[in-house]
Amino acid sequence: MGKGGRLAITIVVLALAAVGIVFSVKALLYTPSTVVYTPTNGQVNVTMQTVGSYGHAPNPTWVSYLTENQQGQWVHTTLWQVPAHTRVNVTIYQFDSGSPLRNQQIGQVTGTLGKSATLNGATFKVINSNIGNGIGHTFSIPTLGISVPLAGNSGSANLCAVAPCSPSSTAYPHNTITFSFTSPGPGNYPWQCFVPCALGFLYGNGGPMQTVGYMGGFMKVV
Amino acid sequence: MTAEAPTPASEPAAAPRGEGRATHWLRLLILWVVISVAADVVWIKLVGPHVPPGRMTDMATGAAFDFNVLIVLALPVMVGVWVYMLYAVIVWRASKVGPDPVATRFSRGSGTVEWTWIVLTTVLVLFLAGFGTYELVQPGGSGGGQGPTPIWTPTTSSPLQVQVIGQQWKWTYRYPQFGGFETNELLLPVNQTVAFNVTSLDVIHSYWAYQLGVKADANPGYNNVAFTTPIQTGYFVVRCAELCGLWHGAMFNEGRVVSAAAFESWAKATERQLAENTALLPAYAPTYTPDANGAAGGYYPDNKDPYSPVEMYGAPQPAGGG
Repeated sequence: MGKGGRLAITIVVLALAAVGIVFSVKALLYTPSTVVYTPTNGQVNVTMQTVGSYGHAPNPTWVSYLTENQQGQWVHTTLWQVPAHTRVNVTIYQFDSGSPLRNQQIGQVTGTLGKSATLNGATFKVINSNIGNGIGHTFSIPTLGISVPLAGNSGSANLCAVAPCSPSSTAYPHNTITFSFTSPGPGNYPWQCFVPCALGFLYGNGGPMQTVGYMGGFMKVV
Repeated sequence: MTAEAPTPASEPAAAPRGEGRATHWLRLLILWVVISVAADVVWIKLVGPHVPPGRMTDMATGAAFDFNVLIVLALPVMVGVWVYMLYAVIVWRASKVGPDPVATRFSRGSGTVEWTWIVLTTVLVLFLAGFGTYELVQPGGSGGGQGPTPIWTPTTSSPLQVQVIGQQWKWTYRYPQFGGFETNELLLPVNQTVAFNVTSLDVIHSYWAYQLGVKADANPGYNNVAFTTPIQTGYFVVRCAELCGLWHGAMFNEGRVVSAAAFESWAKATERQLAENTALLPAYAPTYTPDANGAAGGYYPDNKDPYSPVEMYGAPQPAGGG
C-alpha cells in the first residue's frame, strides 16, 4: 500500500475513534431535563405517570415514569425541583399492570402526611399485593422514609404502551394515586421505584431500574 | 543465613566509618527507644480515644482496642526503620565517610541482624493475628458475620433477634420476637446482646453498622449471623458496603440505641401499628427464596402459586412456583 493509502486509513481510523469518543462522552454525560415546580398558595403540585413501556427510542420497551411540568406537558424525566419546607401534593397516574411483591413490606404507605394515600379517591394505608392486580410500582424516597405503593392494573387489560398516556382518556385503564408530604431542607434526594419491574433483567432490577429518567431520579429541594 | 566471610588480605580489617560500631548501636538504640516511646504516648493520649468505630458496643470497643494495640506495637517497628535509615543517611553519607564499601564484609549483610529482624517481626505478626482474632470474638461473638451456625457465640442465652434484609436498594428489619413485623427503622436496646440475622432478597449486599462495629455480608438464601451488645445510647449509621447497583450510594439509614424501656415501648407500638401489613408477610424464616422473576411476582419465601405465574426473566422457576 502506498503512502497515501496508509494515510487515508489512519485518518479514517482516527476519525472513527473521535466519533466514538464523542458519542460515549455525550451518552455518559446525558441527564434528563429537570422539571421545576413553583408553589401556588404555599403548596406544590407534582404530577407523574408510570407506563409499562415508554414506547420511544432508545428504550421503547422499558418501563418508565414521566413527569408533567407546570405547563401541562409530559416530560420524560425523573428529575424535578421543589422548594424547601413546602407541602408537596403528588398525583401519580399508574398505567402499568401489577403483581405480588417480592417483599410486602413495601406494600404499605409510609412517611406521607397522615401516613396514608388515596387510590382512585379512597384512602388507604396498605395494599395486599397478593390479591387483585397486585402492585405495579412504588414511589419511594428512602432517605425521607416516604414510600407509597402504586396499585396495578389488570395485566389482561388493554394497557397503554406508548407514553405519554392520557389520564383523561378512557382508552387505557389507570389508577390515580395521591399523597402529600412536606419537603425537607435543601438537597438532592434520590427517589425510586422499589418493585423490581425491569422486564428482562436479572431480579428485575437492571435497565430502567438503574437508569435515571426511567424508574428513579432525584428530587432537588432548593 | 550467610556467615561473615573472612576479610580478604587486600581490604581493610575494619572499614573506618567514623566512630566504633558499639557507639553507633548505642546511639541508634537510644534514638529508637526515645522516639518510639514518644510516638506511642502521643498515640495513646491523643489519637487512641478517637479511633473508629468508637465505643458504642462491645464489638466497636474491641475493634478500637485492637487497632490501638496494633498501632502501639507497629509504631516502634516503623520508627526503627526510619531511625536507622535517617541515621545512615546523615552519619554515613558519602561526603562524610567516603563511598560505600564494595565487596567488603560490611557489604555482605549480617546474619545476626537479619535473623533477629525476621524472628522478631514474625513473632509480632503472629501474636497480633492471634490477639486480634481473640479480641474480635470475645466476649460477645463476632460482629463480622459467622454464617448460619456461629462458632463464637455470646454468653447470653437469649439475644434480641433482628433480621436484616437487604434488597436493592434499602435495608429493612424484622423483629421475630415482636410478631415478626418488618420496618425501615432499626432500634436496639442498650446493654442487651443483639443477634443480627443478615440476608438478602436479591443481589449481594453488605450490612455495615459502622458505629456498632458490625459488618456482615448479606447474601440471598444465606443467614449470616453477627452479634453485638450496645453499651451506649445514640445514633449510628447503616450503610451497604458492597457495590450493588445504581442506588448503592443511597442505600443507608440511621439506627438508634435507646434504653431498654424505650425499646420495649417502641417495639410494641410498632408491632401494633404494622399489624395489618405484618399479617401479609411470610412467616419469619432465617432466609427467603426470592425468585429471579421480579415483575411477575417473586414473593418470598414459599414459592407457591399464585406467585411467579410466568417465567419472565429466564430464570428456572422452583417446583410449584407456578
